[in-house]
Amino acid sequence: MSSNRRPTRLVASELACVRGGRAVFSALSFAVGTGEALLVSGPNGAGKSSLLRAVAGLVRLTGGKLALEDGDAELTLGEQAHYLGHQDALKPSLTVAENLEFWTRYLDGGGAIAPALDVVGLGGIAHLPAAYLSAGQRRRLSIARLIAVARPLWLLDEPTSALDSAAQTMLATLMRDHLAGGGMILAATHGPIGLDGAKELRLGSAR
Amino acid sequence: MTALAALFVRDLKLSVRLGGGALMGVLFFLIVVTLMPFAIGPDLALLARIGPAILWLGALLASLLALDRLIASDYEDGSLDLILMAPAPLELALAAKAIAHWLTTGLPLVIAAPLLGFLLNLDPAATGAVALTLLAGTPALTFIGLIGAALTVALRRGGLLIAVLVLPLTVPVLIFGVAASNAAIVGPLPFGTPFTILCALALMSAVVGPFAAAAALRHGLE
Repeated sequence: MSSNRRPTRLVASELACVRGGRAVFSALSFAVGTGEALLVSGPNGAGKSSLLRAVAGLVRLTGGKLALEDGDAELTLGEQAHYLGHQDALKPSLTVAENLEFWTRYLDGGGAIAPALDVVGLGGIAHLPAAYLSAGQRRRLSIARLIAVARPLWLLDEPTSALDSAAQTMLATLMRDHLAGGGMILAATHGPIGLDGAKELRLGSAR
Repeated sequence: MTALAALFVRDLKLSVRLGGGALMGVLFFLIVVTLMPFAIGPDLALLARIGPAILWLGALLASLLALDRLIASDYEDGSLDLILMAPAPLELALAAKAIAHWLTTGLPLVIAAPLLGFLLNLDPAATGAVALTLLAGTPALTFIGLIGAALTVALRRGGLLIAVLVLPLTVPVLIFGVAASNAAIVGPLPFGTPFTILCALALMSAVVGPFAAAAALRHGLE
């Protein structure tokens, strides 16, 4: 399923989003090129998560245009992006390996999962049902999905939440590798996530 | 295809593992049907006459039980977001989920029906007819239920609402399922006529269900 075409730029112009009768954001424009990360910051309720979900195609935009330049024309924007949200999309009764294997096969048609599990440090407990994982381990299992399936754009919503400092370093390394490979990152965050030189997009205050 | 097979296998695994609740429907079916003779009394002739209807009602109610988990469990843990973002078409993904759901909740009802036929004094021919109509009819119930599950996915405690939404839509299936069973037992209609209509209902819902459910999910994005 993965295509050979590498998108070169994510361009958003004049985005607007209304949820529950309230304008979450409006006239929002930004661009992210290959190898670039854009950190979305702002107070609670400023629309960071909504923006990420809108880019993923999970929330309807009420205005504006989103385009992935030079992307695969047959795929939607969401199909070329990874979304790491607040929920981990794991099934407690499946093992760690089964959870990751399912998403790898569902998103990409399959591939080796052992290397990805080793990278996030879960290789030793691959046989354990996900019900027994801690919040940080669940997070790391979700992150393993990002490296098991190659997609050019990563949409990360508070990616460091629940992660210990070693795992945060691991995530920062993964993000730098992704950027070095020509990837793009759009991350909603409250603090530094270990990406130096990333651009910042500050959303307005909550109304 | 790999993606859909993966989803199908995952849903099968989830429902047979601990907490999946695959057998709850059959247990409920057993209890409903067992209670009927107590309510109606020991009139064997009456039981045999209304037996097919009792079995069908029991199966209909039992198939509603697990519907609220069909999509809601994926919605609650964020899996639905990723399913929506995957290259696999949502319609086919929902169809794969529905088939896996039927195999673990509908098919056990079909298998249990002949056993429960004994409790209702049905003769072997009548029992066979009921089981055959359930085999054709329960997929229709699942696919119609899929629409209800998709419509109520974002609602807390949507389980009851699913029953209210889905039960009216299942009336034709119930009518022709019971009619075909009765035709096989007492006539005068041939078994084939209502049974063919029942099969048509099942096929139609298998086509319409996934598309309607996918539309409901996409429209419900907020």
